[in-house]
Amino acid sequence: MAEYKGVMTYCEIAEGSLPSISREVAGFGRKLADDLGEELCAVLVGSDVGNLAQDAIGLGADTVYVVDDPLLKEYQTDAYLSVMEKVVRKMMPRILILGQTSVGRDLAPMLAFRLDTTATLDCVGLAIDPGTKLLLQTKPVFGGNAQATFTSDFCPQIVTVRDKLMPPPEPDASKQGEVITLDAGLDPAAIRASLLKRVTENEGGVRLEDASIIVSGGRGIGSAEGFDQLQELAALLKGAVGASRPACDNRWLAPNRQVGITGKIVNPDLYIAIALSGSIQHLSGCAQSKSIIAINKDPEAPIFNYADFGVVGDWKKVLPAFRDKLKELLPG
Amino acid sequence: MRIIVCIKQVPDPQASSSGTKVDPEAMRVIVPQGTPPVMSPYDENALEAAIRIKDAHGARVTVISAGRNLAKPVLRKSLASGADELVLLEDAAFEKLDSYATAHLLVAAIREIGEYDLILCGRQAADTDAGQVGSGIAEILKIPCITAASKVELSDGKVLVERVVSDGFEVIEAPMPALVTASSEIGDLRYPKLKDLQAAQKMPITVRGAQALGIDAAGLKRVNLVRLAEPPRRKTECRIIGGETPEEAGANLALKVKEAKLL
Ligand SMILES: Cc1cc2nc3c(=O)[nH]c(=O)nc-3n(C[C@H](O)[C@H](O)[C@H](O)COP(=O)(O)OP(=O)(O)OC[C@H]3O[C@@H](n4cnc5c(N)ncnc54)[C@H](O)[C@@H]3O)c2cc1C
Repeated sequence: MAEYKGVMTYCEIAEGSLPSISREVAGFGRKLADDLGEELCAVLVGSDVGNLAQDAIGLGADTVYVVDDPLLKEYQTDAYLSVMEKVVRKMMPRILILGQTSVGRDLAPMLAFRLDTTATLDCVGLAIDPGTKLLLQTKPVFGGNAQATFTSDFCPQIVTVRDKLMPPPEPDASKQGEVITLDAGLDPAAIRASLLKRVTENEGGVRLEDASIIVSGGRGIGSAEGFDQLQELAALLKGAVGASRPACDNRWLAPNRQVGITGKIVNPDLYIAIALSGSIQHLSGCAQSKSIIAINKDPEAPIFNYADFGVVGDWKKVLPAFRDKLKELLPG
Repeated sequence: MRIIVCIKQVPDPQASSSGTKVDPEAMRVIVPQGTPPVMSPYDENALEAAIRIKDAHGARVTVISAGRNLAKPVLRKSLASGADELVLLEDAAFEKLDSYATAHLLVAAIREIGEYDLILCGRQAADTDAGQVGSGIAEILKIPCITAASKVELSDGKVLVERVVSDGFEVIEAPMPALVTASSEIGDLRYPKLKDLQAAQKMPITVRGAQALGIDAAGLKRVNLVRLAEPPRRKTECRIIGGETPEEAGANLALKVKEAKLL
């Protein structure tokens, strides 16, 4: 174990820049590296991504490893897995942190098993145990009904962190660091599963994860047409529409509208929860909203234990009146 | 065509969504009394995907479940739903295994079965929420892995999968054998007919213990649980807004929202 050293972050890239989650991961990485008194390095994997190395340094990395190859233009499990396996075997970080994103969820466990160890996904707390120097990996279990803290004696200790846990660090443009380019050396035989196409489902408007107001509906909405009414309210408030899992499973909305532990983590200023019961798995994804309003016909629905304001009633009657009154009250 | 589906037994997550407590001393989660054991929901989605492939192309579907004190009537529901064979890995040593040990244990059983074209698992279990066993099995067996599938089909001897990603979905093709982890968009497990449920209770099943498998599962653990705590809860006092009619309550809510400057 002695030969493993330092903290490594996997810097996910989205649309040619470092998304918020990568900056948050950098913040966690810097803190842990400082606590260990060791270096922080960042890994950038993609095509034409070298220009982002300085950004990663500004966010705290001492060293940035860039793996640049046209074959890495889009995330593909086998290619990225093979690259990350090489980078980790070569650099031997004590800790590797990824974001709990579609990529992190896919890549982290496979990489861990390839390196003959295991990972902890969806961490909400990371700290160094002052005695053992091991990484304390805290994650919700039982849908969020409990929080477990794990350690592992095997290196690298691999984790993904949930997004929106803390604000990303302010970039420091004057920070110095080293940029090292590594060869992807991809063996075509290593790529078994192939990506045939990627389809973006964005109904326009504000992205759920960026919205400051979210109007979310559940099973009780009952149909795609029902969600049109939520869409209308969201448009009025310049917010986004979200949903519980059953609403997405029924295809009343696209799956990427799902809020919760297996959907998206959101923290808007206002979360309006309509005809959803407030299961722990759903609340884990939205309980950090500044304010929550609930409309539900069942006075015993758990969502009322988390809401600031609530109306007990049929949403089909409550919502239109709520919307019309808001229209009256809102400027413009 | 041979399909293996790995299914975990968990306390019903719907019945234990609220009222679940933590015993920090014993580092144990205590689900409300009377919470029934069920097949973990995403594993049910995996089974549904397997049975659909069986319906379309013909296949032999084997379900494997590992644990301690397994509720056989619950797991036999897989047979009633259309699985052909149920293999239980049951041993006192198979309790509280981590993802690493569980994946190795399941691989030991899969290797005993020997032949497989497709392995299906749920994307994450409803109790540990770990999300790793499927990926682990694939890596140990050195077969391709596609996670979070919303659709699984066969085409020209390959598996064709749609998988959910944050801004939409991807279509992925892989040669078999392959492993796919299922997401809920696949659809709920079909409801078995009463007569199939009754017949399933009488079907023979295979039970294997640690010794028979020649595996020291507990010795394979890679992580230690060092603390279990109640989660921080959002503290609120919900103010219920009323009115003579639901419409009036809705309008009053708008007034309140404005007054509290939530917008
Ligand atoms: C491992 C795992 C992961 C999961 N991940 C997620 C996740 O990420 N996100 C998620 O949302 N779920 C997730 N779930 C599912 C979760 O457990 C719940 O099943 C789900 O959130 C319930 O959705 P719901 O509240 O819409 O439905 P229900 O619980 O059925 O609630 C419907 C509500 O609508 C109300 N209602 C019905 N009609 C009306 C009406 N006319 N007017 C007013 N109110 C009405 C009812 O009173 C009820 O409270 C997960 C489950 C598991 C096991």
